[in-house]
Amino acid sequence: MKLAMPRITFWKVTAAVFLLGGLAATIVRFGWGLGAATNLTDITPWGLWIGFDVVTGVGLAAGGFTLAGIVYIFHLERFKPIVRPAILTAFLGYSLVIVGLMFDLGRPWAIWHALIYQNPHSVLFEVAMCVMLYTTVLALEFSPVVLERFKLHRALKFVKAITIPLIVLGILLSMLHQSSLGSLYLIVPQKMHPFWYSPMLPVFFFVSAVAVGLGMTIVESYLSARAFGKTLETPLLRDLARIMLGVLLVYFTMRGIDLLRRDALHLLFEPSFETSMLYLEVSLMLIIPLLLFNIRGWGQTRVGLFFTAFSMVLGFVTNRLNVTLTSLESYYRENFGTSYFPSAGELIVTISIVTAGFVLFALAVKYLPIFPEHEEETVLRIGDAPDRSSAPPLEGTPAAELRRH
Amino acid sequence: MSHAILVDLTLCVGCGACTTACQQVHNFPEKENPTLDDKNFTTIRTVTENESGDEYYVRKMCRHCEEPACASACLVGALTKTKDGAVTWDTNKCIGCRYCMLACPFDIPKYEWSSMSPKVRKCTMCYQERHLTADMELDDAGYVLDASGERVVIEGREITAEDRDTIIELTTNMDDNRASACSVACPMEATVFGERDQLLAEAKRRILESPDDYVPRIYGQKEVGGTSVFYLSNVSFESLGFYTNLENSSYPDKTWRVLEKIPDIVVTAGVALGAVYWITNRREDVKRYEEEIKSKRSKKKA
Ligand code: SF4
Ligand code: SF4
Ligand code: SF4
Repeated sequence: MKLAMPRITFWKVTAAVFLLGGLAATIVRFGWGLGAATNLTDITPWGLWIGFDVVTGVGLAAGGFTLAGIVYIFHLERFKPIVRPAILTAFLGYSLVIVGLMFDLGRPWAIWHALIYQNPHSVLFEVAMCVMLYTTVLALEFSPVVLERFKLHRALKFVKAITIPLIVLGILLSMLHQSSLGSLYLIVPQKMHPFWYSPMLPVFFFVSAVAVGLGMTIVESYLSARAFGKTLETPLLRDLARIMLGVLLVYFTMRGIDLLRRDALHLLFEPSFETSMLYLEVSLMLIIPLLLFNIRGWGQTRVGLFFTAFSMVLGFVTNRLNVTLTSLESYYRENFGTSYFPSAGELIVTISIVTAGFVLFALAVKYLPIFPEHEEETVLRIGDAPDRSSAPPLEGTPAAELRRH
Repeated sequence: MSHAILVDLTLCVGCGACTTACQQVHNFPEKENPTLDDKNFTTIRTVTENESGDEYYVRKMCRHCEEPACASACLVGALTKTKDGAVTWDTNKCIGCRYCMLACPFDIPKYEWSSMSPKVRKCTMCYQERHLTADMELDDAGYVLDASGERVVIEGREITAEDRDTIIELTTNMDDNRASACSVACPMEATVFGERDQLLAEAKRRILESPDDYVPRIYGQKEVGGTSVFYLSNVSFESLGFYTNLENSSYPDKTWRVLEKIPDIVVTAGVALGAVYWITNRREDVKRYEEEIKSKRSKKKA
């Protein structure tokens, strides 16, 4: 193996700049406290770090359980090549959520208290437990990739034997905490704008998480193709996009009915900051993706699918930020005459965490067998189900072939 | 016995004695017209009524809810509704997530934003202070010890014998009963400390006896499922800036209704996933088996 100077590219420099900025903000956060680093106040105790790094982050990592379910529970085997990247993203996503949480917690060193002082009446306790367990499950689901890489056959065999229970457990945990992130807000009905408060929040959070899991998978697959030349077949992505749009239609129908039942439909026609934010959310999440997908000849090409999914992902981010931040603004404004906007420090930390996600993903794709080398013939196995078909011997797997960077 | 505080706004003259007493009993710096923060647990706000132009004084403090949203929100159970009536907070458990601050319907808990080991701060109904007694033991250095032999710490301060005596004085009322410092200090009896049932009865009595002096509402009797601080007023609570859009039912119930379904959801979803897995798996087995037979047959033919 030859050691060469890594090529310096625009993206590498950008990433380095962001990460350095993040380092500076980290020093302020842990050297001078939350008050110095953030715009959080006694009136606005939760800000961008909870809204984006935690609530949105967990959502964006939903591809892991969605695809594991599609492939292993519904046996739609043709999606198998996508499972690995999806689980990788999920694992990285959850790890970064925990990093984000360490920034936000006032006493991060006490985080393990959640294990011993359990309050079963707290939604946050449930979220904490599920996130912790699910991150472990994801690590196990992802472990075959690493185990294959280092030829640890016995461990590999063990993980493969428990694959299906692991997948089922992962899906159950995801259902619980994806929805619970919405339940967190059930306790403040009077503080939230009627566009986003609903007793149905847990259901909405779960359904939209399924959709964004699919969207993220499409986005990643496109970006990986551009960056590493590793990609997935377009027809597969097209099917994913189709399922995603189907889920979104169900989702927005439910939200429409919910607004109707809560007599809040008329608010849609009253111009306000909140109304514009809702329109932005619906456009990005549903309308633009639907339009793009249906552009003849372009919508279903690789690029078209990318933009369809990318818009959806942006819409999803808008939705989570609307629930966590926008919806509280009118309460702050009317009762305290204040408003919350993240500080430079909060923004930089968030951007660096996202950057770290990209960097780690890139490294993983480079050094581990994540994407199939040759589409079609290659069936990659994430800790495969007890397989009664022609299981190729381990040595012959693409993992072995990939061992040459 | 569950305690409560009755605040009769018609008697309040806005002197601020309660605020000062609260600062003294907790050893906080005394401030003029303070806001509610990590070093001040109660405020007096002057509200000018729109129509009459009359001035009213509104006292703000933790309501010590019967079913506190803050306590249900806290994942480590750092906040507790004690039998005493007070809702207290435990330094040793808190991880600093600040969900309690978001969840509180009255926006009460405050945070030490500039501290590197920040604490959640709010009115404690003088819980620890009221339980300090003159016969508590001292250690060699002269600090008051609790029943388990640990130094008593109140708002971050280890209590000396001298502190203890001051605190006892500040929390003993004219009848020689222990009471919150704010109620002891109030010269108008606008803030009274007592047993919850008795204070509620007293509030009702005042309204019934002088219906012209009060609006017929005890703020805190039903709001958010009942609190341990009651307010009486002679103008509508809305015009004084009280939240009047709060529901009369328990807020923790809103999340518990969902949480209690979790076992059912897990079982149902688990069974459903298992079933789907079994069916799709079986379908593939059958397909594979049929293909095998087919290929065997065609081989035979050949
Ligand atoms: S007023 Fe707020 S802080 Fe006080 S007990 Fe009720 S919920 Fe908790
Ligand atoms: S900040 Fe502390 S007391 Fe408040 S909910 Fe979080 S852990 Fe509990
Ligand atoms: S009860 Fe005690 S802590 Fe609460 S406002 Fe009164 S003096 Fe302050």
